Amino acid sequence: MEWFFFALFGLAALVGSLGVVLSRNAVHSALFLLLNFAASALLFLLLGAQFLAMAQILVYAGAIVVLFIFVVMLIGNETMDDFVARERPALRLAALALVALFLAGGVYTVFFSPWGSAQGIADYGAVESVGRLLFTRYLLPFELASVILLAAMIGAIILAGRTKPPLGRPEE
Amino acid sequence: MVPTAYYLILAAVIFSIGALGVLVRRNALIIFMCIEMMMNAANLTFVALARHFGTLDGQIVVFLVMAIAAAEVAIGLGIVVGLVRHRDTTNVDRINLLRW
Repeated sequence: MEWFFFALFGLAALVGSLGVVLSRNAVHSALFLLLNFAASALLFLLLGAQFLAMAQILVYAGAIVVLFIFVVMLIGNETMDDFVARERPALRLAALALVALFLAGGVYTVFFSPWGSAQGIADYGAVESVGRLLFTRYLLPFELASVILLAAMIGAIILAGRTKPPLGRPEE
Repeated sequence: MVPTAYYLILAAVIFSIGALGVLVRRNALIIFMCIEMMMNAANLTFVALARHFGTLDGQIVVFLVMAIAAAEVAIGLGIVVGLVRHRDTTNVDRINLLRW
């Protein structure tokens, strides 16, 4: 049963990621990204991480993809000759070769490393256990994450807010 | 139960596709989406290994990565919007602001 769902969601995630890279329209890319994120959330669920699956849906699908689509709409869906170096195919071949090399290294590492056998835990990854860990051992990183989010919020407002008049100068 | 290695390989493939997208696309938005995708693949690795070793620490890391990703998207998209305002393009080949 898990195999079936793994194949289904894994395939969906792969299709989504390929769609992001290959589609010419930025809106289509964002929607394929949504497919990838949703499939990843289901894979998280399959791995027993219920809390993270919901957080994934909320943060990635709910906030990040919506923000992407928002920006695409805001700046206009610019169509450009997007794939790099159409006139120099050697560059694209080099990119493909590099990525293939990287992937081969990863697969080699996965298959030829000594793994212990997997150990299952009951009541694993539920909201309660993750929350308890988050508020005890990982309290400091958790609080730091909130500071980072605040800094990012202020930074985004400064970056994308109105720039006239320039910062710090009084309005004439 | 699906072995952990299969999850790891799936994550590696998604990560590679994202890296390929970063290398071959020119649209800053698409490059950004590919970076998010790579982060997501790394998250999948963390969750798979967390199950493999039976600890929850990997899931905490993923939670923190999600917070960082949200912050990064807010800043990055702010930069893209500012870029479009100044240069009217999202083509990364034409972003050479330091060169007069």
